[in-house]
Amino acid sequence: MALIEVTKETYEQEVLKSEKPVLIDFNADWCGPCQMLKPTLHALADASDDYKIVSINTDNEMELAMEFEVFSIPCLVLMKNGQEVSRKVGVQPRPVLEAMLRG
Amino acid sequence: MYDIIIVGGGPAGLTAAIYARRAKKDVLLLEALACGGQIVNAHNIENYPAEAHISGAEFATKLYEQVVAFGAEIRYERAVEVKDHGNYKEVVTPYGSYTGKTVILATGFENRKLGVEGEDSLVGRGISYCATCDGNFFRNRTVAVVGGGDNALEDTLYLADLVSKVYLIYRRDSFPGEEETEKLLKERDNVEFVLNSKVTKLIAEKRLTGVEVADKEGNVRELEISGLFVAVGKIPENQNFASLIDLDEAGYAIASENCRTKVPGLFVAGDNRVKQLRQLVTATADGAVAATEAIKYIASVN
Repeated sequence: MALIEVTKETYEQEVLKSEKPVLIDFNADWCGPCQMLKPTLHALADASDDYKIVSINTDNEMELAMEFEVFSIPCLVLMKNGQEVSRKVGVQPRPVLEAMLRG
Repeated sequence: MYDIIIVGGGPAGLTAAIYARRAKKDVLLLEALACGGQIVNAHNIENYPAEAHISGAEFATKLYEQVVAFGAEIRYERAVEVKDHGNYKEVVTPYGSYTGKTVILATGFENRKLGVEGEDSLVGRGISYCATCDGNFFRNRTVAVVGGGDNALEDTLYLADLVSKVYLIYRRDSFPGEEETEKLLKERDNVEFVLNSKVTKLIAEKRLTGVEVADKEGNVRELEISGLFVAVGKIPENQNFASLIDLDEAGYAIASENCRTKVPGLFVAGDNRVKQLRQLVTATADGAVAATEAIKYIASVN
């Protein structure tokens, strides 16, 4: 499954109501580390249909970023059944993200 | 067995991969986090030949894509040890181990931590090591920067444009960083210098709400802040290889311009090497030199 860009309008449907676990990547265009993490996230998204990986641009979606109290990006939040279950701040290597998705 | 294992995917390591692949060598590049290295945090690069303006992330992305196009294998694993087996080397990661005829250590720097209790758990909850990444989340709030070098001064200047107030906390009374930046900071109404002072305590509930600072006389003061930007320097990432190579007092790998270490077949390239000038252009130059030396070494032992 491809990486999905989520906005305030699609957040409820794509994240809160998702039956699969959702890994949210809070990022911004000007954030270098976020850009470097992108290939890993795309590869993870393409690798399996068991979970969803979504991107939220914090510049466009400040409300969502504030709701999640994001103060550093990239910030990766794992959601299950509409609830946050874990979170990692900063660039993470693929095995760490895989472990997060399994956990 | 690989011809060349490169440890680190910053500008030095990526450039080494390009040179090695152009010489048709089998290359494995191990990167602990994501490719790009420190340069991805650079807002705007203006001093790289033939690139008048480019962001660090864009530069890193182009370099990464060039390496992928040349067919280097990249794995996202942290090298925790290098073993010298004479005519080959073994690189150990938490996920396995890889053998190569040569190894290039291009591990660069990592941010030095402040070393105050609770720091790790507050990263992303008020503590940041990257003002350009995270400054935006602190708009109209009060923050502090710790440190006195170029990075600390530049971070303070960058933040002063975004936030309502910045405290600049430094343990001495004069800054080793750029005088020009210091002058600009003094002109800002919303920058307050907290000198001769150290952060002694992080105050937090769910997230950072303040810090306690103590000056040389022992006076303690509490600053109410929602963000603390740590810019207290960087340390070369050579600790995992200290048993094999020589390090200087500051932890830099000792190797001359030919990037050779005392172990034949083991090279070091980029910011983690002893050198006069640490810039993008000298990192890429090291990558080219180290790869060329590795290729020469392989030819000489075969």
